[in-house]
Amino acid sequence: MTTVLAGDVIALRLEDSIPGSVKEWNASDVWIKPESILEVCSFLKEDTALHCNYLISVSAVDYIEYFEMVYHLVSMSHNHSVVLKSKCWGREDPTVPSITSLWQGADFQEREIYDLMGVKFSGHPNLKRIMLWEGFPGHPQRKDYLEPAR
Amino acid sequence: MPIRTEPVTINLGPQHPSTHGVFRMRITFDGEMILDVEPVFGYLHRGSEKLAEERTYTQVITLTDRLDYVSSMSNNLAYVLAVEKLSGINPPERAMYIRVIVAELQRIVSHLVATGFFLNDLGALATPLMYCFREREKILDLFEMLCGARITLSYMRVGGVFQDAPPDFWHSLSDFLNYMPDYIDEYERLITGNEIMLIRTKGTGILSAETAINSSISGPVLRASGVNWDLRKTDPYDVYDRVDFDVPQGTVGDNYDRYLTRVAEMRQSLRIIEQCVDQIEEGPVRTEVPALLRPPVGDAYGHVEGPKGELGFYIVSDGSIAPYRFKIRSPSLINLSALRGMMVGSNLADMIVTFGSMDINMGEVDR
Repeated sequence: MTTVLAGDVIALRLEDSIPGSVKEWNASDVWIKPESILEVCSFLKEDTALHCNYLISVSAVDYIEYFEMVYHLVSMSHNHSVVLKSKCWGREDPTVPSITSLWQGADFQEREIYDLMGVKFSGHPNLKRIMLWEGFPGHPQRKDYLEPAR
Repeated sequence: MPIRTEPVTINLGPQHPSTHGVFRMRITFDGEMILDVEPVFGYLHRGSEKLAEERTYTQVITLTDRLDYVSSMSNNLAYVLAVEKLSGINPPERAMYIRVIVAELQRIVSHLVATGFFLNDLGALATPLMYCFREREKILDLFEMLCGARITLSYMRVGGVFQDAPPDFWHSLSDFLNYMPDYIDEYERLITGNEIMLIRTKGTGILSAETAINSSISGPVLRASGVNWDLRKTDPYDVYDRVDFDVPQGTVGDNYDRYLTRVAEMRQSLRIIEQCVDQIEEGPVRTEVPALLRPPVGDAYGHVEGPKGELGFYIVSDGSIAPYRFKIRSPSLINLSALRGMMVGSNLADMIVTFGSMDINMGEVDR
């Protein structure tokens, strides 16, 4: 059974290594600052005790006031999982660091989030629309998206 | 004197028999050799994630059927597991056994289709495919007995399954379990040692274990690269912890290993089904769940080891009758992350074989 690591355990480890990166936590999730996403992911991947070497998925949720980035990570050697979350405020130009440099598997997922949610990823090598065509107006998975009148 | 060449960029697809749907690759060639590959998709994008936000939790099951339309049962299972985790519902024992039986039948269907089309891509047009479809047909008949549908099944429900299996189903299933191993032997006799198959697939499209893990590859493609990672073992759901089975793995991670892993997995699936049929007991198949289910506010991630890889659903609930956010972790899309690395440096003919061995379903890539 994959153990879900407790939020406070990870928060403590992260606070030790990257001071100021953690914002809050609960039983299973840790919220981190958006600007330290890359640093935190890199630490979780390299650290021998945590060793989260496998990225399951990258998701974004639109809460109107902010976008919540959700990263599901798993350690194949220790069989435990970590859920990282990060609140990215603002609707005009939300930007978070890309983690494609750590995991190739994040490439298409980040492009999809950019395409459908409109969250930009700084440092992504090829950030362009993936499902829709270039020139499509708006980002249809946002909660306030309205289909243009036909 | 060296011959001067010039790179040429061509489009393969979107309508091409070997792209298994509508998929386009912009490929730069130097003669026969591939210099660069850029996958282009979205032709089948239906906005399933957005559509789900306006449907009740039960109605969303029909959307999951249409993701990977070759393995609807596994999609249903991943979704109901996620909703059950979110709302704390426990299905009855009998339902869990039926779910595992049908999910494994679906895995056999998907692997048969994958093997058949893989041979098609190798140039063995239609004949091996029809051999594989012969047995697929038998399994679809079994599904028809369960729920009346053959492809878009919607058989599972939050808290169980739609209805109990009729007595005929169990007779037909035991017949199927009797003759299926012989059919798998038949495929192996025809394909596994075939000289053309060996020449075309051994040592082509190699995917190393490190690249596979780094690219978030899952399913048979990951295991063919020699990584022992199967959610049925590492994070068992339903009754997988009560059955005994092996996790087949490859060694090199080439196209041949991926084929062998799939065939070996079909045999393991039969083993699982046999044990489930022995262990299953009479009982209810569905717990009482309100028709308009309102899970508590929160989020949950549910996943299964689908035939193509880890299929997961990340669902956020705001306490209403429809999901606030419905995110699909699609194995087919994420498995394509490694495509470029596997193809660059090989030649045109191997590229088609490599793409076939990845077993991609466009319904799931584009969603």
